[in-house]
Amino acid sequence: MRKKAFRPDVDAPKWTGGHTPYDIVKEGTIALLVVAILTIALATVFGSPDVPAVTIKRWSNMAPVDFAMTALSELNGTSGTATYGAPYNNQSVGQQLGPLQLAKWVGDRIPVDAANAFVIDPLGSLPNQAVLTTDLSQWKQASQTQRTSWLANYTKAAATMKFKSGNVNVAAYNAGPVSVLINDLTQMARSGALDQSLVTHAGFYTTDYTLPLLFIADGSYLGNLAEKQHLTGEQWGMMNETGSYPGQAWLWLYTFWYQVPPFSQSGNADVLVWGLMMALTALLLLVPFIPGLRSIPRWSRVYRLIWREHYGQDAPATPPRKPPRADPSASAAPVGVVSSDA
Amino acid sequence: MSTTEIDRQWTTRLRHRVTAKLPPEKLLPDTQPSYVSSWIYVFGVTTLAALAVVIATGCLLAIRGPQWWHGSDIGHFVNSLHLWSVEIFFFAMVIHLWGKYFMAAWRGGRALTWMTGVVTFVVSILTAFTGYVSQTNFDSQWISTQAKDGINATGGGAYFNVLNLGQMLMWHIVLLPIGAVALTVLHVLLVRVKGVVPPFAAKSEVEA
Repeated sequence: MRKKAFRPDVDAPKWTGGHTPYDIVKEGTIALLVVAILTIALATVFGSPDVPAVTIKRWSNMAPVDFAMTALSELNGTSGTATYGAPYNNQSVGQQLGPLQLAKWVGDRIPVDAANAFVIDPLGSLPNQAVLTTDLSQWKQASQTQRTSWLANYTKAAATMKFKSGNVNVAAYNAGPVSVLINDLTQMARSGALDQSLVTHAGFYTTDYTLPLLFIADGSYLGNLAEKQHLTGEQWGMMNETGSYPGQAWLWLYTFWYQVPPFSQSGNADVLVWGLMMALTALLLLVPFIPGLRSIPRWSRVYRLIWREHYGQDAPATPPRKPPRADPSASAAPVGVVSSDA
Repeated sequence: MSTTEIDRQWTTRLRHRVTAKLPPEKLLPDTQPSYVSSWIYVFGVTTLAALAVVIATGCLLAIRGPQWWHGSDIGHFVNSLHLWSVEIFFFAMVIHLWGKYFMAAWRGGRALTWMTGVVTFVVSILTAFTGYVSQTNFDSQWISTQAKDGINATGGGAYFNVLNLGQMLMWHIVLLPIGAVALTVLHVLLVRVKGVVPPFAAKSEVEA
């Protein structure tokens, strides 16, 4: 019978040395106590961050022009959400991984019609607004060509938008009902009613904040606050959190790829980085089966630091850098060696 | 009932199989090979201890609901405990992982032990991420609105909507913890069944 060669990165030698007393329960208890005490100490000294959430009410009061311009972008179809593509709409192909259009293939499974969801429907929920009701009717009955014309005229004039005396001021002509729609939505937002409308659009009980979060993220206010908190992508923000806390430091490699070419210059950065991280995770998972990768620990000799007592006392000889050649005449495994099916 | 009939029972067969694979002296050993003597071994048990504290503090937060900690000093302190136990958990887990890599801990039929460890690491990252987007504060707003682009680009956002607080909270407190704990139990049992990987063989041992 041909002897199976010993593979140093796959097989492990059978331990024939000594044993020492080991109280696993005591070790676990001590570890639990130490971690609990360390946790309490860190929590007491450093606490945890809790910056209040941004509301649409706060946004529209602190930055009314940014809010009104964002509302206009939802209405004229130029906002981030309106042009997003899947899963919210089909206005864009979305990112591609080579020839693979993964997002597009899945489709708009969380449909969001930006103009209606963020502007028209919330305004329609306001009671006793005679002028607004008339303007909403005018908007709904107008042709798409007419709406486009109104929006083009308003959008052109909105370059000099101001917020004065509690109103949005845009010197727009032939803009139909758009001026009233944008101004009234801004008033609605400043009262807090838009927050409520976007959350409860699907019923009384809800835990889905997709609409208000998409709307807030389309504006500049949230991003400006995030930049001050070192949270943007260029600031390695994906692994940070508000304040000087460690955040999700374990995402450092994921965040790293966004900082370097070609990812930092690609319009497909998200899907490329995800694809790369999936591939690297698969490599990590399959290390035991990948020649070369599984040999790095033996080549690096870091293990001699880990097991320095063992090598210092029991095994002065160095491990082989290559598997020993099998002896065809032998009929049994080498003494002290076990093979494995790993 | 005859002895043969009892031996054929599913329960009896399962007990025999389990006790053969993992007898009590392997499950709760009172000795260990003398090479298990290094600071690196501390980080495995530290990871387990931190996981226990993470779960305990998470359960305390769950008692009064997801908003409690915003308006209560005690709640905020419990949230701080949860945060720092998570940080300790990941710190210990990453060192444990790299330690095991440089020990080539998959050797000797331990590949499945390595793989369950890696999958546990990935599931833990997902669990932490869903926790960050379930905080109901500015951090959760910003992280979720940024992360949606990454997940949407893969097509996964259509099913795993990071802007849906209810969905994220359920994943964070039910589905992912069940997965992480089940994988951890499997990982530890595999360590007990296979034992701690021995050092690389000295040349004299291999060629003896």
